[in-house]
Amino acid sequence: MHMADALLSPAVGGTMWAGSLATMIYCAKKLSGKIDEKMIPLMGVLGAFIFAGQMINFTIPGTGSSGHIGGGMLLAILLGPYAAFIVIASVLVIQALFFADGGLLALGANIWNLGVYPAFIGYPLIYSAIVKKNSNSKAITIASIISVIVSLQLGALSVVLETKFSGITELPFSTFLLMMQPIHLAIGLVEGIATAGIILYVRKIRPDIVDNLEVVKNTYSTGSLKKLLIVMSLLAIITGGALSWFASTNPDGLEWSIEKIYGKPEVPEKINPVTENLSKLQEKTAILPDYSFPSKGEEQEKSPSWPAVDTGTSVSGIIGGIMVLALVIVFGMGIRIMNKNRAKT
Amino acid sequence: MKFDEEFFNLGYLDTLSYKDTFVHRLDPRIKIIVTFIFILFVVSFNKYQISALLPFFLFPVFLLTAGNIPIKAIAKKVLFISPFAVFIGIFNPLFDRQILITPFGIPVSGGWLSFFSIIIKFILTVSSALLLIAVTSFPGICEALSRMKMPKIFVIQLLFLYRYIFVLLDVALRMVRARDARAFGNKGKDIKTFIRLVSVLLIKSIDRAERVYQAMLARGFNGEIKVMKKYKPRFADIIFGITSVLLFYIFRNYNIANYFGEAIKR
Repeated sequence: MHMADALLSPAVGGTMWAGSLATMIYCAKKLSGKIDEKMIPLMGVLGAFIFAGQMINFTIPGTGSSGHIGGGMLLAILLGPYAAFIVIASVLVIQALFFADGGLLALGANIWNLGVYPAFIGYPLIYSAIVKKNSNSKAITIASIISVIVSLQLGALSVVLETKFSGITELPFSTFLLMMQPIHLAIGLVEGIATAGIILYVRKIRPDIVDNLEVVKNTYSTGSLKKLLIVMSLLAIITGGALSWFASTNPDGLEWSIEKIYGKPEVPEKINPVTENLSKLQEKTAILPDYSFPSKGEEQEKSPSWPAVDTGTSVSGIIGGIMVLALVIVFGMGIRIMNKNRAKT
Repeated sequence: MKFDEEFFNLGYLDTLSYKDTFVHRLDPRIKIIVTFIFILFVVSFNKYQISALLPFFLFPVFLLTAGNIPIKAIAKKVLFISPFAVFIGIFNPLFDRQILITPFGIPVSGGWLSFFSIIIKFILTVSSALLLIAVTSFPGICEALSRMKMPKIFVIQLLFLYRYIFVLLDVALRMVRARDARAFGNKGKDIKTFIRLVSVLLIKSIDRAERVYQAMLARGFNGEIKVMKKYKPRFADIIFGITSVLLFYIFRNYNIANYFGEAIKR
């Protein structure tokens, strides 16, 4: 499930970008000293494989509709967490740019939702805890299914939280959760079965490949991973949650309760000419007015500027909007004509 | 068929990105940064805002026309609006029924306003991302990323991935065609066949990686990959950057559409 730019607020998008970038730099550091030269073409080709594999669809048992794999967990099993994370991130970059899956701001969130959970929770904490060197196919199947389901559930939960914190959807939190989590349970089950099937099949017909990969993978697996991860994910969840809570233009629950108490969406305040002028000045100099950044503190926190309610402005908004669009089209046509004229001469 | 279309689209955007126009010649770093700032400005509007978003169409239209990009290439993708954004947005009219405005006597609820706001934000952000890649070659983007201090291994990964996507998509396309030719309806498209197909694709890919590695070694690869540096910031880049950000700032702070409307009414 790809997050979209239109559903994100700048603070949530920025926070997720920061988290994903930090993870990427961490992975790059982990890989840099120890990376096998062989790993570079392998990572590139496996990224392309995920891409190509996603184009092959299959019918989902019992439904008749068709689906494709995500492949995050498969990459983590094949390459280990650090390399897998880099590969997943690169696949998402291409999808964001060429297929407009999500968008550039949402890319940070997508890398987090689809990369961090399989690479740093599903694989190290679940899959490798169950699957040992001589595990039979049953263990591999169970491990794949559980790890994929857990990663996808966490990813879906993150989508819900990110959307909710951005304050754009009106969906109640519980309804949203109920819509997202069960469907991802089903998707996870199918994807887990597919992942296990692929691992087992490759193991059966080309055991040498699996052995080679294990050797490459083990050259850079470290023990301290689990502790670090738990700390990291906790930090991310806390900062992400806190930041975005303050930043959402309409922190619904809070705002509504204030409204109920005062009958107005704002706490009544004695008007002080100095502060009034100051806030006017602030409003004029703010790059993004009516968008309150968390650092401004509570005393200056103004209520989200409610949309123009009176009929007069809404009518002029419509008329003006049509005019603006017309101007933009004229502008575009002008450039087109200019280009054509230049091409002729 | 969807597969062919996606494949074609990837190649098509790649071809477009090698045109030679003013926007194609701009430094990729500037284009990436400006596009990013554009998206930040667009999504920073409150959820009921519609009219103030409209002037922002200037940016994608500029890239489209100045970059000489056929409008079809972008419109097709954008009109095929992300099901997720619509899916989430469509609930707003159901839950937010408070009437906020009544232009020309038609009552419009907050939910519909926020729904259309989501759709407009979606069109703006998606089209600008697509246009960014349509006017910037992918190696150009990679160069920019490496000069913006992204981890080198990630940039190399992107370059490799991009190179092999076309190769492996071709392999996968042939496999899917072969399967479809032998499958009757949905028979033969079950998960069991799928697992075997993808496993074979995976084995082919890993074998290919091995051959690629051998070929790289034969050409003197020693673990070091250099990313070509072609671009230097020029005067035009700086002008483009400053003008765009200034315009975004004005559009964000002054509701141009409303001013026009007021002027006409008077």
